[in-house]
Amino acid sequence: MADLSVNLCGVPFKNPIIPASGVFGYGREYEAFYPLSRLGGIATKGTTGQRRTGNLAPRIAETPAGMLNSVGLQNPGIDAFIEKELPNLLTKDTVILANIAGATAEECAEVAAKLDSTDVHMIELNISCPNVKQGGAAFGTSCEMAAQVTAAVRRATKKPLVVKLSPNVTSITDIAKAVEAEGADAVSLINTLLGMRIDVRTRRPVLHNNVGGLSGPAIFPVAVRMVWQVANAVKIPIIGMGGVSSGEDAAELMMAGASAVQVGMACFTDPYAPVKIIDGLDAFLDQNKIPAVRDIIGTVQPW
Amino acid sequence: MSYTQGVFPIIEKRALAEDTFSMTLHCPAMAAAAQPGQFLHILPAGYGLRRPISIAGIDPDKGTLRIVFAVRGKGTDALAGMNVGDFMDVLGPVGHGFTLLPEAQHVVLVGGGIGVPPMLPLAAYYGARATAVSGFRSFRQVILQDDLAACGAQTIVCTEDGSAGDSKGFVTGPLEAMLSEGVDAVYACGPGPMLRAVADLCIRTGTYCEVSLEERMACGVGACLGCACRTKDENGNEQYLHVCKNGPVFKAEEVIW
Repeated sequence: MADLSVNLCGVPFKNPIIPASGVFGYGREYEAFYPLSRLGGIATKGTTGQRRTGNLAPRIAETPAGMLNSVGLQNPGIDAFIEKELPNLLTKDTVILANIAGATAEECAEVAAKLDSTDVHMIELNISCPNVKQGGAAFGTSCEMAAQVTAAVRRATKKPLVVKLSPNVTSITDIAKAVEAEGADAVSLINTLLGMRIDVRTRRPVLHNNVGGLSGPAIFPVAVRMVWQVANAVKIPIIGMGGVSSGEDAAELMMAGASAVQVGMACFTDPYAPVKIIDGLDAFLDQNKIPAVRDIIGTVQPW
Repeated sequence: MSYTQGVFPIIEKRALAEDTFSMTLHCPAMAAAAQPGQFLHILPAGYGLRRPISIAGIDPDKGTLRIVFAVRGKGTDALAGMNVGDFMDVLGPVGHGFTLLPEAQHVVLVGGGIGVPPMLPLAAYYGARATAVSGFRSFRQVILQDDLAACGAQTIVCTEDGSAGDSKGFVTGPLEAMLSEGVDAVYACGPGPMLRAVADLCIRTGTYCEVSLEERMACGVGACLGCACRTKDENGNEQYLHVCKNGPVFKAEEVIW
């Protein structure tokens, strides 16, 4: 048994594995499989100022070694989250990262301000959702907008603030530096890559939203590259994600520079994936006689 | 909700019709828990997303579940390539099934194509109180009529081209005739346009009706919100429910087509 604990922005995690926002709802469904206390943390479904109904179906399509989704931030709104979901989550003995989003910087700040007076452990600000028309990725694809929304949310809360970055940019390091300068305590990356498929028989896109976010093992090499680049560009810690499906994948992303790792599509392939990844990471460390997982963070030896 | 996820052996496999296969799995915990209308969420080897496949037979005594599925794409093609003795990765039983009405005297089970299999557990429950109206494109797709009859159900087959069965055309023809005589409930599964036509007929005649829907799905347990279905609540407000957890079975009047 290796020491799997990590510390992110002063928040202790029992292990570095966190189901990613959007795949895990508010945790209730997966509690039927294992106690949520097994997890390092949970990034909750992206929550906005008001209830959102999301996009028309189909919202899902499998692609080679991955999938497209266009759920569109369906959520009950921040007040319902704080009243009905957060109290339950806070009893689960795991770190809760409340993922938030909004159409404007003001909406994001308002949502963060409401969370500031709760006991939630961290806020993950989504500036990178590709599936909503306003806000979302629009914030995440320019340094000015990313800085502006980060600054607004920073003023609204003293909670540790993680900003979730979009990979759909020319230079993710510039965006990471811009949010770091405005007071982000950490960054998480990568959100999904914007993609599209067309049914050639009907000539219709397979997603009703036409385009959607690509995730899964197909994007893992992009995630490793971007985490590595960002790790070399900023001083704040990184939560890595993008196609992680094994303990060794998690170790790889941590060696690239991530202090913790989120798990997305793998939860759909196998509902036990986060737990198996924790066990796999532990086994990898033991086999290689590494006493503590934090000893591997950022230890890649580039050529 | 309690789920089982694991690998379970295929103990029987049969080809039923063109690109349509029946498999029986030995999975005692799931067989003990399964209800008519629920489905299994099955991972084809080498794929990242599971495929929702309706349950076509429940035998808690033998500890088995039966599935019948059509090859629709590469994932279901991979499942169809599995054989007796192979182990299938299954999450289940999943979803909210059909409402069983112990007092009902006459129910109609409307299945269209690969929507027929989930009617079979209902036929097992209702026996001679059920009439199964099954629609297919042609004789090549006709499945499960002997199985439905073995449960005691009356069977009526419709084919679009008249190449098999009692009636050329759609299932709505025989259904309309039965509705005019009064039935206690209609259960339906099949293509969207068929379900909509069945739901409209039932709403018009004031007949209780449940429909089983299909949608592209990821988690299968209600977390990812991928398999959205437009519905209205009791106050008429529009809301998205999810086929995997709130469904796949919905009351006909809930669904916005």
